[in-house]
Amino acid sequence: MDLHVHTVLSACAELEMLPGPIVERARALGLAGIGVTDHNSAENVLAVSEAGRRAGVAVFAGLELQAKEEVHILAFFPGAGQALRFQEEVYRQLPAGQNDPRRFGHQLVVSADGELLRENTRFLQAPLAWPLRECAEAIHAHGGLAIAAHIDRPAYGLLGVLGVLPPGLFLDAVELSRHADPAEWTAREPALRQFTLISSSDAHRLAEIAAQTWFRVAEPTFEELKLALQGTAGREAHILAVERRHVQ
Amino acid sequence: MTVQQIVDALGLKVLSGDGLLERAVSGGYASDLLSYVMAKAQPGEVWVTLQAHPNVVAVASLTDVACVIITEGIQPDEVTLAKARQEGVILLGTNEDTFRTVARLAALGLEG
Ligand SMILES: [Zn+2]
Repeated sequence: MDLHVHTVLSACAELEMLPGPIVERARALGLAGIGVTDHNSAENVLAVSEAGRRAGVAVFAGLELQAKEEVHILAFFPGAGQALRFQEEVYRQLPAGQNDPRRFGHQLVVSADGELLRENTRFLQAPLAWPLRECAEAIHAHGGLAIAAHIDRPAYGLLGVLGVLPPGLFLDAVELSRHADPAEWTAREPALRQFTLISSSDAHRLAEIAAQTWFRVAEPTFEELKLALQGTAGREAHILAVERRHVQ
Repeated sequence: MTVQQIVDALGLKVLSGDGLLERAVSGGYASDLLSYVMAKAQPGEVWVTLQAHPNVVAVASLTDVACVIITEGIQPDEVTLAKARQEGVILLGTNEDTFRTVARLAALGLEG
Protein backbone atom coordinates (compact mmCIF):
# COMPACT_ATOMS: atom_id res chain seq x y z
CA MET A 1 0.00 0.00 0.00
CA ASP A 2 1.03 3.59 -0.47
CA LEU A 3 -0.30 5.76 2.35
CA HIS A 4 0.85 9.16 1.08
CA VAL A 5 -0.73 10.39 -2.14
CA HIS A 6 -1.72 13.94 -3.04
CA THR A 7 -4.55 15.06 -5.33
CA VAL A 8 -5.19 18.28 -7.26
CA LEU A 9 -6.36 19.77 -3.96
CA SER A 10 -2.69 20.10 -3.00
CA ALA A 11 -1.32 23.25 -4.60
CA CYS A 12 1.98 21.54 -5.38
CA ALA A 13 0.43 18.46 -7.07
CA GLU A 14 0.20 17.99 -10.83
CA LEU A 15 -3.18 18.43 -12.53
CA GLU A 16 -3.14 14.74 -13.50
CA MET A 17 -3.72 13.81 -9.82
CA LEU A 18 -7.43 13.14 -10.28
CA PRO A 19 -9.41 10.37 -8.55
CA GLY A 20 -9.78 8.03 -11.56
CA PRO A 21 -6.18 8.16 -12.77
CA ILE A 22 -4.85 7.83 -9.19
CA VAL A 23 -6.79 4.66 -8.40
CA GLU A 24 -6.11 3.22 -11.88
CA ARG A 25 -2.41 3.74 -11.37
CA ALA A 26 -2.66 2.13 -7.91
CA ARG A 27 -4.53 -0.84 -9.36
CA ALA A 28 -1.98 -1.24 -12.16
CA LEU A 29 0.75 -1.39 -9.51
CA GLY A 30 -1.20 -4.05 -7.62
CA LEU A 31 -1.75 -1.84 -4.58
CA ALA A 32 -4.51 -2.95 -2.21
CA GLY A 33 -4.94 0.53 -0.82
CA ILE A 34 -3.77 4.13 -0.90
CA GLY A 35 -3.94 7.01 1.54
CA VAL A 36 -5.27 10.35 0.32
CA THR A 37 -3.29 13.01 2.14
CA ASP A 38 -3.77 16.54 0.88
CA HIS A 39 -2.29 19.48 2.75
CA ASN A 40 -4.48 20.48 5.69
CA SER A 41 -7.64 19.31 3.91
CA ALA A 42 -9.71 16.20 3.19
CA GLU A 43 -12.05 17.71 0.60
CA ASN A 44 -11.13 15.20 -2.13
CA VAL A 45 -11.27 12.11 0.09
CA LEU A 46 -14.88 11.25 -0.77
CA ALA A 47 -14.23 11.57 -4.51
CA VAL A 48 -11.15 9.33 -4.43
CA SER A 49 -12.97 6.84 -2.18
CA GLU A 50 -15.78 6.61 -4.71
CA ALA A 51 -13.31 6.12 -7.57
CA GLY A 52 -11.52 3.54 -5.43
CA ARG A 53 -14.73 1.60 -4.83
CA ARG A 54 -15.25 1.38 -8.59
CA ALA A 55 -11.68 0.25 -9.20
CA GLY A 56 -11.40 -2.10 -6.22
CA VAL A 57 -8.70 -0.10 -4.46
CA ALA A 58 -9.17 0.75 -0.78
CA VAL A 59 -8.80 4.43 0.04
CA PHE A 60 -7.73 5.59 3.50
CA ALA A 61 -9.22 8.91 4.53
CA GLY A 62 -6.40 11.24 5.49
CA LEU A 63 -4.88 14.70 5.61
CA GLU A 64 -1.29 15.88 5.78
CA LEU A 65 -1.14 18.44 8.55
CA GLN A 66 1.52 21.11 8.71
CA ALA A 67 2.33 21.68 12.37
CA LYS A 68 3.39 25.08 13.69
CA GLU A 69 7.04 23.92 13.54
CA GLU A 70 6.60 23.50 9.75
CA VAL A 71 6.79 19.73 10.12
CA HIS A 72 4.32 17.45 8.31
CA ILE A 73 2.23 14.79 10.00
CA LEU A 74 -0.21 12.40 8.32
CA ALA A 75 -3.61 11.82 9.91
CA PHE A 76 -5.88 8.88 9.03
CA PHE A 77 -9.46 8.31 10.12
CA PRO A 78 -11.89 5.35 9.97
CA GLY A 79 -13.87 7.03 7.20
CA ALA A 80 -14.39 10.16 5.13
CA GLY A 81 -17.01 11.47 7.58
CA GLN A 82 -14.56 11.51 10.50
CA ALA A 83 -11.85 13.03 8.30
CA LEU A 84 -14.19 15.83 7.22
CA ARG A 85 -15.27 16.52 10.80
CA PHE A 86 -11.62 16.68 11.82
CA GLN A 87 -10.98 19.01 8.89
CA GLU A 88 -13.36 21.57 10.39
CA GLU A 89 -11.10 21.78 13.44
CA VAL A 90 -8.03 21.99 11.23
CA TYR A 91 -9.52 24.90 9.31
CA ARG A 92 -9.90 26.83 12.57
CA GLN A 93 -6.12 26.45 13.09
CA LEU A 94 -5.19 27.84 9.68
CA PRO A 95 -3.89 31.40 9.42
CA ALA A 96 -6.23 33.97 7.93
CA GLY A 97 -5.56 34.85 4.34
CA GLN A 98 -6.08 33.13 1.04
CA ASN A 99 -4.06 30.90 -1.20
CA ASP A 100 -2.26 32.72 -3.99
CA PRO A 101 -2.77 30.23 -6.86
CA ARG A 102 -0.33 32.03 -9.16
CA ARG A 103 2.53 31.51 -6.73
CA PHE A 104 1.63 28.31 -4.87
CA GLY A 105 -0.67 26.57 -7.37
CA HIS A 106 -4.38 25.76 -7.60
CA GLN A 107 -6.31 23.82 -4.94
CA LEU A 108 -9.05 21.99 -6.79
CA VAL A 109 -11.97 20.07 -5.33
CA VAL A 110 -13.21 17.48 -7.84
CA SER A 111 -15.83 14.77 -8.23
CA ALA A 112 -15.06 11.04 -8.50
CA ASP A 113 -15.17 11.54 -12.28
CA GLY A 114 -12.63 14.34 -12.09
CA GLU A 115 -15.01 17.24 -12.79
CA LEU A 116 -14.03 20.51 -11.16
CA LEU A 117 -16.47 21.30 -8.36
CA ARG A 118 -14.81 24.33 -6.82
CA GLU A 119 -11.48 25.85 -5.88
CA ASN A 120 -10.48 25.84 -2.22
CA THR A 121 -9.36 29.41 -1.46
CA ARG A 122 -7.88 28.79 2.01
CA PHE A 123 -4.11 28.99 2.45
CA LEU A 124 -3.67 25.24 2.87
CA GLN A 125 0.14 25.30 2.41
CA ALA A 126 0.51 27.20 5.68
CA PRO A 127 1.39 25.92 9.16
CA LEU A 128 -1.44 25.43 11.64
CA ALA A 129 -1.54 27.16 15.02
CA TRP A 130 -1.15 23.67 16.59
CA PRO A 131 2.37 22.57 17.43
CA LEU A 132 3.22 18.92 16.67
CA ARG A 133 2.12 17.62 20.03
CA GLU A 134 -1.30 19.24 19.68
CA CYS A 135 -1.66 17.92 16.14
CA ALA A 136 -1.06 14.37 17.41
CA GLU A 137 -3.44 14.90 20.35
CA ALA A 138 -6.20 16.25 18.12
CA ILE A 139 -5.80 13.37 15.66
CA HIS A 140 -6.07 10.83 18.48
CA ALA A 141 -8.99 12.63 20.09
CA HIS A 142 -10.83 12.12 16.79
CA GLY A 143 -10.00 8.41 16.73
CA GLY A 144 -7.30 8.81 14.09
CA LEU A 145 -3.77 7.59 13.47
CA ALA A 146 -0.83 10.01 13.49
CA ILE A 147 2.21 9.31 11.33
CA ALA A 148 5.15 11.72 11.11
CA ALA A 149 5.69 12.25 7.36
CA HIS A 150 9.01 11.89 5.46
CA ILE A 151 10.96 12.51 8.67
CA ASP A 152 14.30 12.36 6.85
CA ARG A 153 13.59 15.33 4.58
CA PRO A 154 15.25 18.69 5.38
CA ALA A 155 12.06 20.50 4.35
CA TYR A 156 8.98 19.70 6.47
CA GLY A 157 10.41 16.44 7.91
CA LEU A 158 10.48 15.88 11.68
CA LEU A 159 14.17 14.96 11.92
CA GLY A 160 15.15 17.30 9.10
CA VAL A 161 13.58 20.34 10.77
CA LEU A 162 13.88 19.57 14.50
CA GLY A 163 16.99 17.37 14.44
CA VAL A 164 15.64 15.04 17.14
CA LEU A 165 12.50 13.08 17.93
CA PRO A 166 10.72 15.19 20.55
CA PRO A 167 10.21 13.07 23.68
CA GLY A 168 6.60 12.41 24.57
CA LEU A 169 5.25 12.86 21.05
CA PHE A 170 2.83 10.00 20.53
CA LEU A 171 2.95 8.66 16.99
CA ASP A 172 1.39 5.53 15.50
CA ALA A 173 4.18 5.24 12.94
CA VAL A 174 6.99 7.16 11.33
CA GLU A 175 7.33 7.55 7.59
CA LEU A 176 10.58 7.68 5.63
CA SER A 177 10.69 9.25 2.19
CA ARG A 178 11.23 7.11 -0.87
CA HIS A 179 15.03 7.25 -1.04
CA ALA A 180 15.73 6.94 2.69
CA ASP A 181 17.27 3.65 3.85
CA PRO A 182 15.62 2.45 7.10
CA ALA A 183 18.78 0.72 8.35
CA GLU A 184 20.81 3.87 7.85
CA TRP A 185 18.24 6.05 9.59
CA THR A 186 17.75 3.79 12.62
CA ALA A 187 21.54 3.65 12.98
CA ARG A 188 21.70 7.42 12.87
CA GLU A 189 18.71 7.90 15.20
CA PRO A 190 18.37 4.85 17.52
CA ALA A 191 15.19 6.30 19.08
CA LEU A 192 13.44 5.37 15.82
CA ARG A 193 13.50 1.71 16.92
CA GLN A 194 10.54 2.37 19.21
CA PHE A 195 8.35 3.24 16.18
CA THR A 196 6.83 1.28 13.34
CA LEU A 197 8.56 2.54 10.21
CA ILE A 198 6.83 2.84 6.87
CA SER A 199 7.90 4.32 3.55
CA SER A 200 5.51 6.01 1.14
CA SER A 201 5.77 7.86 -2.10
CA ASP A 202 4.42 11.34 -1.20
CA ALA A 203 3.25 11.26 -4.82
CA HIS A 204 2.53 14.61 -6.42
CA ARG A 205 2.35 13.04 -9.90
CA LEU A 206 0.97 9.70 -11.08
CA ALA A 207 4.33 8.13 -11.89
CA GLU A 208 5.44 8.63 -8.28
CA ILE A 209 2.77 6.39 -6.74
CA ALA A 210 4.61 3.29 -5.53
CA ALA A 211 4.57 0.17 -3.36
CA GLN A 212 7.29 0.84 -0.79
CA THR A 213 5.76 -0.77 2.31
CA TRP A 214 4.21 -4.18 2.60
CA PHE A 215 1.31 -4.55 5.06
CA ARG A 216 0.33 -7.97 6.35
CA VAL A 217 -3.41 -7.42 6.87
CA ALA A 218 -6.57 -9.53 6.45
CA GLU A 219 -8.12 -6.77 4.35
CA PRO A 220 -7.25 -3.16 3.57
CA THR A 221 -9.37 -1.45 6.23
CA PHE A 222 -8.65 1.23 8.82
CA GLU A 223 -8.92 -1.28 11.71
CA GLU A 224 -6.47 -3.65 10.03
CA LEU A 225 -4.12 -0.79 9.23
CA LYS A 226 -4.17 0.18 12.88
CA LEU A 227 -3.26 -3.37 13.93
CA ALA A 228 -0.47 -3.51 11.33
CA LEU A 229 1.03 -0.26 12.64
CA GLN A 230 0.77 -1.65 16.19
CA GLY A 231 2.34 -4.91 15.01
CA THR A 232 -0.27 -6.95 16.88
CA ALA A 233 -2.61 -9.86 16.06
CA GLY A 234 -0.21 -11.17 13.43
CA ARG A 235 -0.48 -7.92 11.45
CA GLU A 236 2.62 -6.02 10.50
CA ALA A 237 4.09 -3.40 8.22
CA HIS A 238 7.56 -3.45 6.80
CA ILE A 239 9.47 -1.43 4.29
CA LEU A 240 10.41 -3.25 1.10
CA ALA A 241 14.03 -3.24 -0.01
CA VAL A 242 14.42 -0.81 -2.90
CA GLU A 243 15.17 -3.61 -5.42
CA ARG A 244 11.96 -5.46 -4.49
CA ARG A 245 9.62 -2.51 -4.92
CA HIS A 246 9.02 -2.82 -8.65
CA VAL A 247 7.65 -6.36 -8.42
CA GLN A 248 4.96 -5.42 -5.92
CA MET B 1 23.28 48.63 -3.03
CA THR B 2 22.28 46.15 -5.72
CA VAL B 3 22.02 42.38 -5.76
CA GLN B 4 24.99 42.34 -8.17
CA GLN B 5 27.15 44.19 -5.63
CA ILE B 6 26.24 41.63 -2.95
CA VAL B 7 27.01 38.76 -5.33
CA ASP B 8 30.44 40.27 -6.02
CA ALA B 9 31.25 41.14 -2.40
CA LEU B 10 30.30 37.73 -0.98
CA GLY B 11 31.34 35.65 -3.99
CA LEU B 12 27.86 34.12 -4.33
CA LYS B 13 26.81 31.65 -7.00
CA VAL B 14 23.88 32.88 -9.12
CA LEU B 15 21.44 29.94 -9.28
CA SER B 16 18.61 31.81 -11.03
CA GLY B 17 17.77 35.33 -12.16
CA ASP B 18 21.08 36.23 -13.93
CA GLY B 19 19.46 39.09 -15.83
CA LEU B 20 17.83 40.68 -12.78
CA LEU B 21 20.81 41.47 -10.61
CA GLU B 22 20.57 45.26 -10.82
CA ARG B 23 17.67 45.24 -8.35
CA ALA B 24 18.23 47.46 -5.32
CA VAL B 25 18.49 45.87 -1.87
CA SER B 26 17.07 47.76 1.11
CA GLY B 27 17.96 45.48 4.04
CA GLY B 28 17.86 41.88 5.12
CA TYR B 29 15.99 39.16 6.98
CA ALA B 30 17.04 35.65 8.02
CA SER B 31 14.80 32.72 8.96
CA ASP B 32 14.14 29.14 7.86
CA LEU B 33 10.49 29.10 8.94
CA LEU B 34 8.39 30.28 6.01
CA SER B 35 5.58 31.53 8.24
CA TYR B 36 7.99 34.01 9.84
CA VAL B 37 9.33 35.09 6.47
CA MET B 38 5.80 35.71 5.20
CA ALA B 39 5.01 37.79 8.27
CA LYS B 40 8.26 39.76 8.53
CA ALA B 41 10.35 39.95 5.36
CA GLN B 42 9.95 43.28 3.55
CA PRO B 43 9.96 43.92 -0.21
CA GLY B 44 13.47 44.63 -1.45
CA GLU B 45 15.23 42.82 1.41
CA VAL B 46 17.68 39.98 0.98
CA TRP B 47 16.38 36.79 2.62
CA VAL B 48 18.97 34.38 4.04
CA THR B 49 17.92 30.76 4.62
CA LEU B 50 19.08 27.18 4.26
CA GLN B 51 15.73 26.04 2.88
CA ALA B 52 15.80 25.26 -0.84
CA HIS B 53 12.42 23.78 -1.84
CA PRO B 54 9.76 25.14 -4.23
CA ASN B 55 7.78 26.95 -1.51
CA VAL B 56 10.84 29.14 -0.92
CA VAL B 57 10.32 30.54 -4.42
CA ALA B 58 6.60 31.07 -3.78
CA VAL B 59 7.30 32.92 -0.52
CA ALA B 60 10.09 34.99 -2.11
CA SER B 61 7.71 36.03 -4.87
CA LEU B 62 4.87 36.72 -2.43
CA THR B 63 6.98 38.90 -0.14
CA ASP B 64 8.81 40.47 -3.11
CA VAL B 65 12.21 40.15 -1.47
CA ALA B 66 15.10 41.30 -3.68
CA CYS B 67 16.80 37.90 -3.63
CA VAL B 68 17.27 34.72 -1.60
CA ILE B 69 20.67 33.57 -0.36
CA ILE B 70 20.70 29.81 0.24
CA THR B 71 23.44 28.94 2.72
CA GLU B 72 25.46 25.82 3.66
CA GLY B 73 26.05 24.92 0.01
CA ILE B 74 22.54 23.47 -0.28
CA GLN B 75 21.57 23.01 -3.90
CA PRO B 76 17.89 23.54 -4.89
CA ASP B 77 16.42 20.79 -7.04
CA GLU B 78 15.45 21.30 -10.69
CA VAL B 79 11.75 21.90 -9.86
CA THR B 80 12.70 24.75 -7.54
CA LEU B 81 15.12 26.27 -10.06
CA ALA B 82 12.56 26.08 -12.89
CA LYS B 83 9.96 27.77 -10.70
CA ALA B 84 12.46 30.49 -9.75
CA ARG B 85 13.30 31.19 -13.39
CA GLN B 86 9.60 31.32 -14.26
CA GLU B 87 8.77 33.65 -11.36
CA GLY B 88 11.81 35.87 -11.85
CA VAL B 89 13.11 35.08 -8.37
CA ILE B 90 16.84 35.51 -7.80
CA LEU B 91 18.34 32.53 -5.95
CA LEU B 92 21.96 32.84 -4.83
CA GLY B 93 24.10 30.16 -3.22
CA THR B 94 26.96 30.18 -0.72
CA ASN B 95 28.89 27.46 1.10
CA GLU B 96 29.00 29.59 4.24
CA ASP B 97 26.48 29.26 7.06
CA THR B 98 23.70 31.72 7.81
CA PHE B 99 25.50 33.46 10.70
CA ARG B 100 28.62 34.14 8.64
CA THR B 101 26.54 35.28 5.66
CA VAL B 102 24.49 37.72 7.71
CA ALA B 103 27.67 39.04 9.37
CA ARG B 104 29.15 39.78 5.96
CA LEU B 105 25.95 41.47 4.77
CA ALA B 106 25.94 43.61 7.90
CA ALA B 107 29.59 44.54 7.24
CA LEU B 108 28.46 45.81 3.82
CA GLY B 109 26.11 48.17 5.63
CA LEU B 110 22.83 46.28 5.25
CA GLU B 111 20.47 46.44 8.20
CA GLY B 112 17.66 44.17 9.35
ZN1 LIG C 1 2.92 15.03 1.19
